[in-house]
Amino acid sequence: MSLSSVSSPLPGNWAEQPDAAGRFGDFGGRFVPETLMPALYELTEAYERVRQDPTFAAELNDLLRHYVGRPTPLYEAKRLTAHLGGARIFLKREDLAHTGAHKINNALGQGLLAKRMGKTRIIAETGAGQHGVATATAAALLGLECSVFMGSLDIERQALNVIRMKMLGATVEPVESGGRALKDAVNQAIREWVARVADSHYIIGSVIGPHPYPRMVRDFQAVIGREARQQIIEREGRLPEALMACVGAGSNAMGLFHPFLADPVRMVGVEAAGKGAHTDKHALSLGQGRPGVLHGANLYLLQDPDGQVIEAHSIAAGLDYPGVGPEHGFLKDLGRVEYTSATDDEAVAALMLLSRLEGIIPALESAHAIAQATRLAPSLPPDAILLICLSGRGDKDVTQLAGLLED
Amino acid sequence: MSASLNQAFAAAREKNRAAFIPFVSGGFPDPAACADLIRGLDDLGAEVIEVGVPFSDPMADGPVIQASSQRALDQGMTPGRVLEMVAEVAPRLRAALVLMTYYNPVLQTGLAGFARLAASAGVAGVIVPDLPPEEAGPWRRAASDGGLDTIMMAAPTTPASRLPVILDSCRGFLYYVSLTGVTGAGLTIAPQSLERLAGIRAAAGGLPVAVGFGVARPEQAAALASAADGVIVGSALMRPLLEASSTARGLEASLSLAGAINASLERDARPAVHDMGGMA
Repeated sequence: MSLSSVSSPLPGNWAEQPDAAGRFGDFGGRFVPETLMPALYELTEAYERVRQDPTFAAELNDLLRHYVGRPTPLYEAKRLTAHLGGARIFLKREDLAHTGAHKINNALGQGLLAKRMGKTRIIAETGAGQHGVATATAAALLGLECSVFMGSLDIERQALNVIRMKMLGATVEPVESGGRALKDAVNQAIREWVARVADSHYIIGSVIGPHPYPRMVRDFQAVIGREARQQIIEREGRLPEALMACVGAGSNAMGLFHPFLADPVRMVGVEAAGKGAHTDKHALSLGQGRPGVLHGANLYLLQDPDGQVIEAHSIAAGLDYPGVGPEHGFLKDLGRVEYTSATDDEAVAALMLLSRLEGIIPALESAHAIAQATRLAPSLPPDAILLICLSGRGDKDVTQLAGLLED
Repeated sequence: MSASLNQAFAAAREKNRAAFIPFVSGGFPDPAACADLIRGLDDLGAEVIEVGVPFSDPMADGPVIQASSQRALDQGMTPGRVLEMVAEVAPRLRAALVLMTYYNPVLQTGLAGFARLAASAGVAGVIVPDLPPEEAGPWRRAASDGGLDTIMMAAPTTPASRLPVILDSCRGFLYYVSLTGVTGAGLTIAPQSLERLAGIRAAAGGLPVAVGFGVARPEQAAALASAADGVIVGSALMRPLLEASSTARGLEASLSLAGAINASLERDARPAVHDMGGMA
């Protein structure tokens, strides 16, 4: 695709999506048991209050700056650029945020909100363990009790993050149902929230779940895009040609994309194609799913003809989810964002490439975006700017990758 | 021919008892045994029988119904097959049949199509636990066009100000969730729970109120029968089928517990409320 095909800005105020019922067009909503509905209203009201509260913003911004280390750098990857030959590649270094990924932005925001709501306990789900670590970190900092639900398959493949969560004082609750991965962890976290809704706040780690979560998580993650936009303008005096980010459930991508939605900037989300788009082992919710209701929202979903949810597959535990945030579905159908994919093998190759050329070991999740960049960058002119969200660092993946190095 | 929900609750009122509403996971432990269980529950005198459509992600259910649903799915149960089984047993039942299904299988079948299939199988009403009144509009219209009641849920967390919204969407009966938690959790019936139930029943006007979640023993059922029009029992009846050494033994144990609970719902037979402890 050439640069002239960049989408024109869409009308309307993007910050005002979703509507009051949590709808992004047909996507989103609140499909939860009655027990949770009053809690969702309470949360929506509490979030609306803090959104307009300068003392909340000041408190969060102070933590983001002095505790998380924001703004994270925007780094020009010159050796990767030279190797690929084409667009200049800039990396938004969320891997340098405290705890090693963008997840901390949302965990701190919701943690502060939970505290204001008088909750004493935090529940979270985690896939790769990054959101679990971020939430355990926020809970430790804010003096809240914390239980993290994690599929037992993910516990095996992300052992380091399990240890980190325990060191931070969280309880890690293994989930043995279903495919023992992220989807099942969300189910169990919702059940726990249903039972403990009076004293507990559920910090969902991505732009999924019932309203107000997709909007709230996006808002807390939009700091990525706001900083990146300001940084590239300060540095280059202009906007980038294209943005790129990996998409599992989609929080780092929404965070990067959202502040650019009204700009003439091309956006590419990269889903996990697992063992291949033609196999049944992938996580292509947008690429091959169709709308359905899971975990409280109408969203693009991998499912069989009867509406049973199909287990996703990706080498990256954080992308191993059969649905994708409702706003992504909305943006896909509008044609505002392009969605493509990278396989397990391509992600591993991209991880190795970035490690060796730039001395940056990306998370397997983020490596999917790098993999797509290796395809797109050479097709763009050398003065074009491609801005990629490097959503997390790869330390958590070394055990999993060690086996591959020996082969 | 299976009854309407009006007829079912009227029959219970006539006998001065709360309606017995057992739940079975559709197609569990296998379609034939499930049909046997439904017939057995009907023979015991259940006024309403709730049949669950197995779903891959049952977020309102505890471990027992998660496991029974998963077993049914593993054996190839689909919403269509559950409805086929229901259609087969319905003509000879006295009880009314309701379907418990998560929303996505309904949505993927198509709202009007699902309502048509369910109604023609002999189903009187549908419970969709992940469909609050805010999202229920399209389904309620399809259900109503198909002649089906949509049963809504109220919970201990539901504020009084919200009840009218729920009742306004609700037909057949109101499902009051007895505890803040998932199905099969430990239930303690406190005097306040019974007062709350009485308040809900008053607010519901003539609409019957059935109570469920965590009801596992005849004493619990008896205590709830004093304050509700119906008592729903699910996990406790599925558990023996998961644990028994054979399907026949599981059915026997499940029906034996169902019989004891059924007998406890006669209002004259109820023990005093202060005898109620927590679940064992």
